[in-house]
Amino acid sequence: MHIMFFTERAYHAVPEDEVFKRRSFFGVPNKFFDAPTGARLLNEYIDEKIMCDELGFDGLMLNEHHGTPFCMGAVMDVEAAVLARATKRAKIVLLGNPIPTVANPLRMAEELAMIDMISGGRLVPGWVRGAGSEQLANNANPAYNREYFDEAHDLILAAWTKPGPFRWEGKHFHYRFVNPWVLPLQKPHPPIWIPGLISPETVKWCAEHRYPYVALATLLGPTLEMFNMYAKRAADLGYQAGPENFGYLQPVFCADTEEKAEAMGKNFLFGGGFAHFARPEWMFPPGYNSKVATRRLAEQAANPNLPGQITGIMDHDPTDDADLQKLKKQLYDTYPQWLKQSQMITGTPKTIVPKLRHVLEVLRPGIFSFWLDGPSPLKDRQRCVELLGKEVVPALRDIGKELGLEDPFTRKPGSVKISGKAETVGRADLIEASA
Amino acid sequence: MAEKGFTEEKVRVGDTDLQVLKLGTGKPLLVMHGEMGFSGLLKWHTALAAKRTLHIPLHPGFGKTPQASWIMNVRDLGAFYARYIREQKLTPVDVIGFSLGGWLAAEMATANSGQFNKMVLVGAAGLRPPTGEIMDMFTRTARNFLNENVVDYQNTPEFSSLFGGEQTPAQYEEWEEARAETARIAWAPYMFTQSMEHLLANVAGLPTLLVWGKQDPVVPLSVAELYHQRIAGSKLVTFDKCGHMPEIEKSAEFIKEVESFLG
Repeated sequence: MHIMFFTERAYHAVPEDEVFKRRSFFGVPNKFFDAPTGARLLNEYIDEKIMCDELGFDGLMLNEHHGTPFCMGAVMDVEAAVLARATKRAKIVLLGNPIPTVANPLRMAEELAMIDMISGGRLVPGWVRGAGSEQLANNANPAYNREYFDEAHDLILAAWTKPGPFRWEGKHFHYRFVNPWVLPLQKPHPPIWIPGLISPETVKWCAEHRYPYVALATLLGPTLEMFNMYAKRAADLGYQAGPENFGYLQPVFCADTEEKAEAMGKNFLFGGGFAHFARPEWMFPPGYNSKVATRRLAEQAANPNLPGQITGIMDHDPTDDADLQKLKKQLYDTYPQWLKQSQMITGTPKTIVPKLRHVLEVLRPGIFSFWLDGPSPLKDRQRCVELLGKEVVPALRDIGKELGLEDPFTRKPGSVKISGKAETVGRADLIEASA
Repeated sequence: MAEKGFTEEKVRVGDTDLQVLKLGTGKPLLVMHGEMGFSGLLKWHTALAAKRTLHIPLHPGFGKTPQASWIMNVRDLGAFYARYIREQKLTPVDVIGFSLGGWLAAEMATANSGQFNKMVLVGAAGLRPPTGEIMDMFTRTARNFLNENVVDYQNTPEFSSLFGGEQTPAQYEEWEEARAETARIAWAPYMFTQSMEHLLANVAGLPTLLVWGKQDPVVPLSVAELYHQRIAGSKLVTFDKCGHMPEIEKSAEFIKEVESFLG
């Protein structure tokens, strides 16, 4: 099993009500950004990753968002470059670079190659289409998002593997001289993993490229459906998908007492948490969704102006302060539901391990990442990381061995040949049993 | 679903089956719809169709016309339509364009003003506003954008009949597709061509009517003034207490002005 640590590198010093007022992290004016606080936080987050490396986590996972206090990692490759030199052992896992929003994929190929070089071949790059808001923040035409994604992906791989110099005259990208001097240390190129939020198109694409699919904290049932969709496509291509093809990210809050862990868990809902990515004009810029996805949305809700897809609570702008406080309370009241659905796990090392075992038994992922977020005090975060690293990670390794959870480094994704139908992935029956 | 009140036909243009709505009899009037697609039958259609045949093509990717992936900007679209009107033997044709459709007509006129007989631009995009900005439809939901198009959406009768009430799934899909297609051709620079201002000199001699709401919140009046200044001999008509849709906000006055201009 490959065990990782992840945090969004949030800027929690923004007044929470400012997020609620807009029903969105994206669009909070940057007058609320205090540079010294931002500088302190960014360094704390880097130090936390270094601590994870020392504690024996296998991977340090980063992501990227723009124009939002939800995540300060607007240029993730900069953080990755720092970690490349400051850490010694762990993989640097980028999930992922929003390639459709990068106007110059060749430069991205060069940046990543440098990170791989400096880290001594510890880079795991990954690609995403980028959330809707990223298209606006980068002025990347969302109507060409999928085309940009496909072409940038092909170009980066070509830049890494095809002898240069060569020309690239694509639909969207044009280069007269592709000949990057610094190439990745890992050959033929670093392993590529792809994160996702229940997009069938992405899942099938991953299976076709034999890239592991890492589900980002999605509900267990739908996640398993995606894994099986992957396995079905893999079987069409002649291989059996196994744990090495799948990953899972999960919010986990560990403390010395249940009470403290619960307090940290509740902080995860700061500013509405994930729900506040749901404002439709940010989530669905024009043409970002495929025609099929648009039809699905149209059928789901006659009025998709309601941003209630995630919680069903924030369906209107707060009318006044009382309304705002009411909506906020309703959102925080969803906390037990998060726990019940295993969307978040809190507790001491002793109580956390069985809960994690359940998740691993259901999904059988070869890659697992802890996700720590929320405005908890630094010392509580550090203690959480320490407890995870010293007590939970070793227990998870044992469970991983027992369950045969091979990771992409111990078994090459796509290397198990089959002819015929795919074996079912995971144990959906256990979700029902625990419900 | 057939568009109520119109006859429909499919016209092959290159590789694309262009869906064209028609209404009335007489001299052709080419109608270029705007960024939210074709809205449906309005009073002005009926009024103008008394003496003319309205030809209303649905731009590729809008409604029943399939997307043409090679069309990536408004000039590409203009070249596509140049072929359409030539092959249909409509040239020189009278044209009226609304918002994005106005920009399209202006682009076509700069390329070859001879393909038009008379041109009416209504709240047309296409130029960088000397003052103000073109309202960004992409940072608003379709519904909010439409509501903001007019000065008072709750008291514009034809507005409510077209866009009012609960949003239906079909409407959502149609609007999202319109937004997507507009993004494909007009994302950046948003709703204008850098060179248009200079190329408008090519349009000299083409009788041009510019119709604008004085309070147009989408394409500011400064754009109308610039078109007016750059197209020699053009006529500018503005309506007070009127936004981006004079054809429904000031329907009677709009019909009068356009009829009198087209003759």
